[in-house]
Amino acid sequence: MSTEGTYYVPEQSKLPIFAATGMGVMAYGAASWVLEGGSATIFLIGSLIMAAVLYKWWSIVIDENMRGLASPQLKQSYVLGMLWFIFSEVMFFACFFGALFYVRVLVSSWIGGEAAVGWFDDTPTDASAANAQYLYPGYENVWPPMITPDQAVNGDAAQFKGPDEAMNNPGILNWGSWLPFWNTVVLLTSSFTVHVAHVALKDGNRKKFNTWLGITVALGIFFLFLQAEEYIHAYQELGLTLESGIYGTTFFMLTGFHGMHVTLGTAMLLIQWLRGLKGHFSHDDQFGFEAASWYWHFVDVVWVGLFIFVYILT
Amino acid sequence: MAHGPATLSDGLGKYISRWVFTTNHKDIGTLYLWFSFAMFILGGAFAMVIRAELFQPGMQLIKPEFFNQMTTMHGLVMVFGAIMPAFVGLANWLIPMMIGAPDMALPRMNNLSFWILPFAFSILVSTLFMEGGGPNFGWTFYAPLSTTYAPDTVNYFIFGVHIMGASSIMGSINIIATVMNMRAPGMTYMKMPLFVWTWVITAFLLVAVMPVLAGAVTMMLMDINFGTSFFDAAGGGDPVLFQHVFWFFGHPEVYIIILPAFGVVSQIIPTFSRKPLFGYSSMVYATAAIAFLSFVVWAHHMFTVGMPIAGELYFMYATMLIAVPTGVKVFNWITTMYKGSLTFETPMLFSIAFVILFTFGGFTGMMLSIAAADMQYHDTYFVVAHFHYVMVAGAVFSGTAAVYYWLPKWCGKMYDETMGKVQFWIAFIGFNIAFMPQHFLGLAGMPRRYADYGLQFADWNMVSSIGAFMYGGAQILFLYNVIRTIGWGKPTDDPKVWEGAEGLEWTVPTPAPYHTFATPPEVK
Repeated sequence: MSTEGTYYVPEQSKLPIFAATGMGVMAYGAASWVLEGGSATIFLIGSLIMAAVLYKWWSIVIDENMRGLASPQLKQSYVLGMLWFIFSEVMFFACFFGALFYVRVLVSSWIGGEAAVGWFDDTPTDASAANAQYLYPGYENVWPPMITPDQAVNGDAAQFKGPDEAMNNPGILNWGSWLPFWNTVVLLTSSFTVHVAHVALKDGNRKKFNTWLGITVALGIFFLFLQAEEYIHAYQELGLTLESGIYGTTFFMLTGFHGMHVTLGTAMLLIQWLRGLKGHFSHDDQFGFEAASWYWHFVDVVWVGLFIFVYILT
Repeated sequence: MAHGPATLSDGLGKYISRWVFTTNHKDIGTLYLWFSFAMFILGGAFAMVIRAELFQPGMQLIKPEFFNQMTTMHGLVMVFGAIMPAFVGLANWLIPMMIGAPDMALPRMNNLSFWILPFAFSILVSTLFMEGGGPNFGWTFYAPLSTTYAPDTVNYFIFGVHIMGASSIMGSINIIATVMNMRAPGMTYMKMPLFVWTWVITAFLLVAVMPVLAGAVTMMLMDINFGTSFFDAAGGGDPVLFQHVFWFFGHPEVYIIILPAFGVVSQIIPTFSRKPLFGYSSMVYATAAIAFLSFVVWAHHMFTVGMPIAGELYFMYATMLIAVPTGVKVFNWITTMYKGSLTFETPMLFSIAFVILFTFGGFTGMMLSIAAADMQYHDTYFVVAHFHYVMVAGAVFSGTAAVYYWLPKWCGKMYDETMGKVQFWIAFIGFNIAFMPQHFLGLAGMPRRYADYGLQFADWNMVSSIGAFMYGGAQILFLYNVIRTIGWGKPTDDPKVWEGAEGLEWTVPTPAPYHTFATPPEVK
């Protein structure tokens, strides 16, 4: 990287083409993996390429920054890049939340033979409700649905079977023994601890920074552990799986994607923690850490949405 | 930098590594443009297969299964491979020059966004040669056609779309960061050329809706392979959910395609009218209004699917509302030309054709937005005609205009005006012969996406096919014109190129140097 005048002009880089190759091999590998009798080999090769490239890429960016090559303008570009990336993630979750709301508010009542909620009780809606009752007689609009429409018609011969039990909200007085509540506590606390770490770093208190960021990473790992416990509980004791009709589908896809993002966020923070131990960052230059902490607050907010709409309002 | 870019005379290895490892916005813009043209030819070849089969009633050349793959791949390749990358290429070339920046904000990510595309489209196109054939469920890939009844190769399609989406998101983030962060001192937002404005709004749309497309294909992937029931009513889901998710992406997507085209035309018309753009700020606000409305009208693609009447009414009126800001734009383009000193070089011809034909396509859109009337028009050739008027005469015409308009600036050579005009007239006439009759076919009830048709549709189909071949031939001429210009065009070093051209890109030397603006230009 060199600078010309007041502007930053980049040099050629071999990173992008390797990254694109890695992504291409991963995509091809993933598609052939999910086919019947497919193997994960190509996908794993792609993942390795990708992991190596990302390691190298970020090493180079960190190194450029440490050597003072990154201009304030470039740093601002990184800030904007991260913010808009988080916005795209918000939209990804909005898609799955939208699916949940659509199913809960409209689809479930339509298949259950009711008119659309609260709007016009007019002919087309009643007609579609009547159609649904013709297709799936006996299906009732309750959330979470313990019996799928398929089951309502075909009983045990159904392809889609509902769960034995749902992740029901036990009532606020019993939250003390309810895992999702503790998950919420853990994640909200971690959002607070990462903020404490940020303030400490800005004050130049590196020891405090390392401690509180370390606590945040530990909380992130603890959250993932609790989430794994909950999945085991769901699969083994509640009979609630990914295949348990639309309830299992929305439950596992929303919490699962959230869990993947927590994993990513924890990895980001862990890397920042290791960097902190190595003496990276200063009280006025800490973007790597800030970006990771923004991401962390984002997964926290998503969880609050999940806690309300997936767990509490059942 | 002391040295310029590697040329072929530096050795083939150096020349190739220049393009593969480049971080230069002009190189990457060129890569995007050539890639998109290659995809344009490929998607065009698919279209030629379709029109050849439909030349006469009955099955002549191909099997219906392959016909379905052709319609699907034509749509996918044209939308995601040809039109979108073409405008990203223009954005790469022009935005830094227009706002006085040395390059894009994140140059390495810029290169990555491009190089994902060849991989994504190799994966997508390779499905045509796999067992079970390529995607055959239409470019809108409605469930359950794309889930329960899809060929196994649908998984390749899904992951191809995933990485292509990643490419689009990265490209858009880069454009947003460039515009927000890299403007030269004095280049305030309301001084930016309209092309920059339309692109930054487009980039916002892309960042907002490409993740939703990723969500849609992820739901498909899970339904197909992992037993979920998003799109299966038997499990409590709903196939219509797919259409909602898809069109929440898909409707902004059509504005993603057309907004940069608006930007191009808003640059070209003032130049050849020798007048500043009429109503600059209203153009900016109209673009923003269109972008906002694009998020709240998606279900007008789904009037016949069975929606509560309140939904039908809402989506109908909201859709009609889009005509207002679009009307503002059309009014402004025409008013820009009013009492101008008009000349009709090739870019201007394409731009005027754009205004006329896009407005025509907009009016058929108004017809389609009427929920009751749409019961008749839905899924007929009327819809095909409508969106080809906005996609081809809209996006592709403006892209062609842009190439003719900026090519002299890019390579320092002038294209042959006569050849350009010949191409324009063949394209213009061929296009209208191809697509105008499809309105009649659709209104008479010919459904889209069928390999065969009733005898009463025979005559207009033959006319349409002849027009399509003509339009296809015009693209070969276009390719010839571009190559001829780059290779043997008349050299020019006039920075302005066009007498009436305004803007920072016309202040730098012609051809544009490899690195523009080593120091920030002054914008008054």
